[in-house]
Formats: sequence, structure tokens, C-alpha cells
Amino acid sequence: MADTTTTEKSAEHTAEKVVPFEPKIIGFLCWWCTYAASDMAGTSRLKYPPNVSIIRVMCSSRVDPSFIMRAFAEGADGVLIGGCHLGECHYVSGNYKTAARIALLKKTFSQLGVEDDRLRLEWISAGEIRKFAEVITDMTEKVRKLGPLNWRENFEPK
Amino acid sequence: MEETNEKLVKLTIDGIETEARKGETILQVAERLHIDIPTLCHYRFVKPYGACRICSVEVTIRGKSRFVPACSYQVRDGIEVQTRSEEVIQHRKMLLELMMARHSQVEVVRKLAHEYGVDTTRFEEMPSEGCILCGLCVRVCSEVVGANALTFVKRGTDRYVSTPFEGKADTCIACGACAYVCPTNYIKVEDIRDRKYVFSELSLGPTTPIHIPFAAAIPGIPVIDSHACIHMQTGECGICSKVCEPDAINYEMQDTFEEVDVGSIILATGYKTFDPARAEQYGYGRFDNVITSLEFEHLSHASGPTGGAFVKADGSEPKSVAILHCIGSRDKNYNEYCSRVCCMYSLKIAHLIREKVPDADIYELYIDMRCPGSGYEEFYNRLLEEGVHFIRGKGVEVSQMPTLATTTPAASNSKLYVKCEDTLLGMPRELPVDMVILSVGLEPAEDAEEVARIFKINAKGDGFFMERHPKLAPVDTLSDGIFIAGCAQGPKDIPDSVAQGAAAAAAAVSLIDAGEVALEPITSVVDEDVCTGCKTCLVVCPYGAITRDEEKGVAVINDALCKACGCCVAACPSGAISQRGFDDTQIEAELAALLMS
Ligand SMILES: Cc1cc2nc3c(=O)[nH]c(=O)nc-3n(C[C@H](O)[C@H](O)[C@H](O)COP(=O)(O)OP(=O)(O)OC[C@H]3O[C@@H](n4cnc5c(N)ncnc54)[C@H](O)[C@@H]3O)c2cc1C
Ligand code: SF4
Ligand code: SF4
Ligand code: FES
Ligand code: FES
Repeated sequence: MADTTTTEKSAEHTAEKVVPFEPKIIGFLCWWCTYAASDMAGTSRLKYPPNVSIIRVMCSSRVDPSFIMRAFAEGADGVLIGGCHLGECHYVSGNYKTAARIALLKKTFSQLGVEDDRLRLEWISAGEIRKFAEVITDMTEKVRKLGPLNWRENFEPK
Repeated sequence: MEETNEKLVKLTIDGIETEARKGETILQVAERLHIDIPTLCHYRFVKPYGACRICSVEVTIRGKSRFVPACSYQVRDGIEVQTRSEEVIQHRKMLLELMMARHSQVEVVRKLAHEYGVDTTRFEEMPSEGCILCGLCVRVCSEVVGANALTFVKRGTDRYVSTPFEGKADTCIACGACAYVCPTNYIKVEDIRDRKYVFSELSLGPTTPIHIPFAAAIPGIPVIDSHACIHMQTGECGICSKVCEPDAINYEMQDTFEEVDVGSIILATGYKTFDPARAEQYGYGRFDNVITSLEFEHLSHASGPTGGAFVKADGSEPKSVAILHCIGSRDKNYNEYCSRVCCMYSLKIAHLIREKVPDADIYELYIDMRCPGSGYEEFYNRLLEEGVHFIRGKGVEVSQMPTLATTTPAASNSKLYVKCEDTLLGMPRELPVDMVILSVGLEPAEDAEEVARIFKINAKGDGFFMERHPKLAPVDTLSDGIFIAGCAQGPKDIPDSVAQGAAAAAAAVSLIDAGEVALEPITSVVDEDVCTGCKTCLVVCPYGAITRDEEKGVAVINDALCKACGCCVAACPSGAISQRGFDDTQIEAELAALLMS
């Protein structure tokens, strides 16, 4: 945490308040389940960190792996995919395809050296609002510990 | 009488000229003429036996008369029958006096004898144990049931009914037919294993093999329980088909599965009650007089096992009753939610008990009284006036012995002790009562999960079906054309269930009325110029909405079949498919906006 604080910083900067690291997480949420859970969590006044920005898709299977790559490339520190429990996909079998795609993607990322906790796939049904809040909290904390990803600096060819 | 080609015989009974079919007995003809002839060993579904002779009548043929048993004597042409002549009466009186010597304690015999003015006997009394040896049980068991589990043993005055070799009858199927036909109630069916097979209990549960499912059932026609029906088990009996005049009994009928094409579906699959055996502290299943609210409903119902009498397991009337609210509800150990109906139905139960047992002590043990609704608070006030004791404190335990030092044990040892904390008095209490009623909460139906899966709808955290929106779409679900109503959606009382049902029906009808369905505006579309015809999308589409146009060598999406999941869009290696409203460029723009900083 607060790893941006460095003693080398010039004296003029020390007067400035140090901004602690806030992870930026993109959540691709299925409209039928996890997105509905996020909605309900809100109306139920559940508290969870504000770090996840949500993009709604009709089914987790709409999430093109390229979106995840792009999210990281454009500055996300983590990506969460939320879908219906296996067997409960509104479109019958979409989430099985998601599961397969994410598994492949995780392998690629691990080869690149991107920490596993930065990409997370969760099955959260519309009713599981507590689980939703827990997942968001847990992921935010884990990514916070990992620090910024800085894809541009670390992974793109110079 | 029906027209038949059979030969008819002419006869007179008590001076009435009549005709009868050959082979009919005098008793059958007399019944048709509403002439009453007493019988004891006769039952119309077994062969005549002629054991008791009480049905004796006088028959005159060609000037000669004699006594014959009406139940077995077959009519002949030209006979004159007297069923009530002085001689016949004298004959029956003598038979009854003889019977009184052995069976004066048997009600049917005593009553019949009394009708004939015979109240004492001049013969030496040798009281029987109640069996008049009519043989009905033995004959029913072999002729009707086909089980042959009963037989006569020994002869003469030593004769009695027993099972073969006097042991446990292996062929007995516990149908109770013998007990049913026994005119003296001497033969009883009871206590097989830990279940009591008594008739009052039979009407509590699986009733008789053929029965109307319950009072006020719609349609109110009888059904046959194939597991209990003797005909279906042994091939015998078939009595119901013999007595059914319209010939409506069909033993061959099987379950059929029918497929119906519908445009919308309403799920109103209801609830199940909390099983109080899960909360051992309440003694349900251990103590006979701890019952659930639902069992009370059954017990107090006019068509229930006791005809509506409110009684304890031993048949006596309870003088004190505790009604325990919130069993399985508002309890972190079971269900956290409030079941909404239990406060009100507990009040109703108290009111019904007050009606049936006016001097009973009735206790309501509640956490909070929740009585919102039209007229509900007024009903609560009425109960207060009816002298019901309201104790604010949840019942926590039911035991057979007092557990608090402060409790004075009751004189009777059949009491149950209900422990609670009276939060208004600020002290623990223990109430000695005769009966405990557990107001069990409402839970999702047993198969709710499966039903939700089949209809592709969601359930809430508590397991009840989830509406599309709690305020704006309360009977819709996330699946188009599927609606929910009643307790399937969450605990609620009848007025609320009915209101929701009507709303769901209206919503379903409005779909039908419209006559057309709006297609998803967000379906996917293939860009023919980019598609390489690789067929990857054909495989991933769960709805088979994509085909390949062989002429053009490209994929084509059927708008009516596409449900707009977008799976194919993500799968297409050429990036040839886009989903309207969820276009790659749109999602990428969203991403860019969210990550801009
Ligand atoms: C002890 C007790 C007393 C009560 N007293 C009152 C009272 O006095 N007043 C009041 O307003 N409310 C009372 N209630 C509440 C009342 O029972 C409910 O409000 C009402 O029954 C709800 O109606 P429903 O149609 O939603 O569900 P249910 O009555 O449960 O009906 C559901 C129906 O669906 C059928 N079903 C279930 N699954 C399937 C399936 N998969 N396929 C086909 N059919 C299926 C079931 O067999 C059942 O017939 C009481 C409840 C209890 C437990
Ligand atoms: S996956 Fe793409 S390229 Fe292949 S057939 Fe379908 S639309 Fe054409
Ligand atoms: S969006 Fe889904 S339903 Fe529509 S064609 Fe593609 S895979 Fe099939
Ligand atoms: S609809 Fe939710 S994962 Fe497919
Ligand atoms: S009834 Fe006819 S002999 Fe018994």
C-alpha cells in the first residue's frame, strides 16, 4: 500500500498529500445474474468498495478475450467476469464457453507474468448479493496488495 | 327391472305380486320392493352362507310351507313368501333368544332382539367374547380380498375365528376389509409395527384405496390409489366396479403425459412448511401432543379425522394449549426471514380453540405481533378480548418435566412444559399445558430449485422465485412469458396470493392479446463481407440460430431465433459478427471511458 511514497521524492513534493493507490477494476457482468445482483446489492444498501466499474453484457459469453486484454492495456489493474452458475446460464450454455475462454486467458497471462488475482471469474446468481459484495471487497483488497499493473510500462514492447 | 330374454318367475311377497329373474334370492327381490328382512351373516359381495338364519321367511309352494333363509333361497315360479307372518316372527324370536344366551353383550344382537321384544333369555347363558360366528370376515378375506388370512378353528361351541395356525398371517395385506364387514366390531385391525391402523387415522393420511382426494376437491370424483387397491394388488375385490352403476371404474387407466403448446406460463407452485423435527427442542415427533399448525388445521376441519373435534392424541379434550410463533422463522439457525402469515393464522387457531373448548387456557408465545392488513389489527384486539394469554417471548423448549426450579409441577403427569422468556415481565417462565401447537414458517417448495432451473428463472437468496423488479415488475421474471404468483414468490397470505395471481393472469393475457411478440432488438448480425464461412459460430450458438448460406458461403443469423447472448460475437475468429447494442466498438468505448484518467 501507498508504495508511491518514496524518500527520493523532492522536497517540494513532500508538502503535497500522497494519494494512496486505488485499484481500477473493470467488471464484465452478465445482465441476468451478477449484474442483477449488483443492482440488488445497491437497493439493499450493501457496502462494498467503489473500485469496480461495471460493463453490462447480456451473457458472460459475450466477453471477447480481447476486451480483457484491452482493459489491461488501457489501465485496468484487474478484471472481473461475473456469470450465472454453471447450468443456470440464461442462454443455456454460454457460461461454459466463458469458463473455457477465461481458463485459456489465465494461462496466457501467467506466461506473461500477470498475477492470477488480477483476472477473476465468478458465478454469482441474482440472489447472491452478499457474495457479490464479498467478491468485490476481496478482489479490491487483493489487487490493492498487488499494486498497479502498469501494462504499458511493463508488458508493452518498448 | 331391465328387459332381458331370461326367463322370469312370478311370485308374491307379503301379498305383493312380482317378477324376478331366475337365480335371484328372496332377499334380493325383497330389497327391490323395500321389504325389510333382518340379516346378520349376509353381505352382498360374498356368497350367501346361511349361518344365522335370522333372515328366515316362510315359503309356501303348492300348499306346503316351510322356513327358508331369504339370503340364500333362490326364487321359484309360483311361490308365496311371507316375511312378517306371526310364524316368522315367532321363529325369529326363538333364534334371537338363543343368540341372547351367548351374545347378549353384542350390540347388534341386543338391538335386533329388542326390536322383536326379546330382552332376556330362558337358555343357559354362555357369554361369547363378541364374535357371533357369522363368518363374514373369513369369507370377505378369501372371496373378496383373496388373501385367505382368516379361518374358522374347531367346531361346535368351541368354534372361533383365527389366522391359519393361529400365527401372524403372512398373507394379510392389512386392508381392513374384515374389520369393516364385522357386524359386531369384534375383529379389529390395529398396531401393526409402529403404526396404528385404525379407521380414524386412515382418513388422516392415505385413506381408503378409493377415495375423493379431500372434501371440496375439484373435480370431486374418486381416485384409486393403485398401491392400496386390492384389485390392483391381488386381482380380487373389484367391489367398486360392481357397485358403480355408470360403469365408470377403469382399473387399466394409466398416467398419461401430455404436451401443451403455450405462449406464457404462470408459476404458482406455492410453499412447504418448515419441518419442526429439525428443531429438536420443541419435541415434535417425540411428544404426541406437540403438533404443527398445519396438523391443527386438518384436525379442526369438519372433514378431518375427528370430524372437527379438537382432541389430544388420546382422544381427550385439551384444557390448556400453547401456540408457539415463529418456528423456523426469524431465526438465524433456520430461516432469517419472517413468514408473514404465522401471526395471523396463530390468532385464527386461538380463536378456533376458544370456539371448540370455551374454557381452555390459550397462550400465544410471540416475538412481535405482526398484524398489518385490512381488519387484521381488529382481529388481534378481538382475541385480546376473548381472553387469550399473550406472552411476549419466543417459546424455546418443550419438555415433559419442568426444568426451571420455579415451576410448580402440575398434578397430572401428562403435561408438557413450555419454556420461554417473558420479556414483558422480564423473567423466564414455564407453562404447563396439555397441547403445543407449533406455528411453522413457510419455506420454498421442495422442488423450487428444479422448477427455477426448468423455467430458467432466478431464485432469491432465501430460495423463493425472484421477480423481475420488486416494485415495477412484481409478477414478471427475467424470462419472457414466465410469471410468478403466490407463495412461490415469497411468504404471503391468501388475499395477497390471490391478488398476485390475478396480476400474473392479466400479464399473461396481455401477451396473448397482443398476438405478436416483440423480437429482441439486440440480436447479432453477420457481416457477409468479412465472414469466411468457417462455421465456428454455428457450433457455439445455443439456439441453433445460425446457418450457413451455402451459395454465398457465409453464416446467416435468424433474427427470430437469436436470443442475443452474444456468444458467437466473441467466438468469431474473423470478427465478422456484431451484436446490436453490444457492438465491439461500443464496449471498447465504454472501456475507454471508464479507464480514462
Ligand atoms: C398452518 C397455516 C395456516 C394458514 N392459514 C391461513 C389463513 O387462515 N388465511 C390466509 O390468508 N392464509 C393462511 N395461510 C397461508 C396460505 O396457506 C397461503 O397464503 C396460500 O396457500 C398460498 O397460496 P399459493 O397458491 O401461493 O400456494 P399453495 O397453496 O402452496 O399452492 C401451490 C399449489 O401448487 C402445486 N404445485 C407445487 N409444485 C408444483 C409443480 N411442480 N407442478 C404442479 N403443481 C405444483 C401444489 O400442489 C399446490 O396445490 C396459512 C398457512 C399455514 C401454513
Ligand atoms: S464464426 Fe465468423 S467467420 Fe466463421 S462462419 Fe461464423 S460469422 Fe463467419
Ligand atoms: S447472439 Fe447468441 S443466440 Fe444470437 S446467434 Fe449469436 S450465439 Fe446464437
Ligand atoms: S446468461 Fe449469465 S452467464 Fe450466460
Ligand atoms: S343373513 Fe341369511 S342366514 Fe344369516
